[in-house]
Amino acid sequence: MQTETKANIDQIADGNGGRVTVLRFSGDISSGSHDALLGTYTTVSKSQPVLLDFSKVEYINSSGIALVIQMLMEANKNGQKIAAFGLTPHFQKVFTMVGITKYASLYQDEAAAKASI
Amino acid sequence: MVNLKGKPVELRVPSRMGYEKVAMGTAASVAKLMGFPDARIEDLKTAIAEACINAIEHGNRLNDNLCVGVTLSAHDDSLEVTVLDDGAGISKVPPKPDIDRKMHGEEDARGMGMFLIQSLVDEAEWVKAGNGKGSYVRLVIRLDKESD
Repeated sequence: MQTETKANIDQIADGNGGRVTVLRFSGDISSGSHDALLGTYTTVSKSQPVLLDFSKVEYINSSGIALVIQMLMEANKNGQKIAAFGLTPHFQKVFTMVGITKYASLYQDEAAAKASI
Repeated sequence: MVNLKGKPVELRVPSRMGYEKVAMGTAASVAKLMGFPDARIEDLKTAIAEACINAIEHGNRLNDNLCVGVTLSAHDDSLEVTVLDDGAGISKVPPKPDIDRKMHGEEDARGMGMFLIQSLVDEAEWVKAGNGKGSYVRLVIRLDKESD
């Protein structure tokens, strides 16, 4: 019944000669998403910023949000900047409610997120 | 808008992760028929999903032989939802999650479900069943309230 979480890693130019990692998620973000979120994060370079793309995510629950927080904890330890984009207005509200926006800014689309990094 | 008053919708879902989406979908359909705006339906979907996840995981302890009961009762200006499980219920509602404590590992990264439920609906109460067997959460979402 749970839709598998898929994660793809993209590297894009930041427009200033640097690179940005984009983690593109699809499916559900729930308790079954540990490997897709945290496992994928362990493989990315810690020396460049990361954008989280939720534009193809269909469902997020509190267990999935907890995994996002764990990812932000790791990024925080590494001094790595993270921003997110593509969340629906509802999940932007939910992420704001739980305080995630204190540690990762939310943007409407990739261009706005990239410009912020 | 369809008049569903006096005709509660009931369903039973297996105590298996992911089946909360069945309750979500049903609740969304009922709320749409009642004329709820899309933003409030999204609030309702998340609240019901979290209530069902708590019932599946903590109430019924993922026991596949037990079901979670969901009842959707339409009233004139609100939708009332009960989510019933076989667990003992909770003794007190946990405190509001603290993102700073979570980020510093001083608080479990999980444990946000009840906070989200309380934040997204107009009324939420956790009740131990009178016969000592089972417990339920009762949620009310009002039709006339705009989403934040």
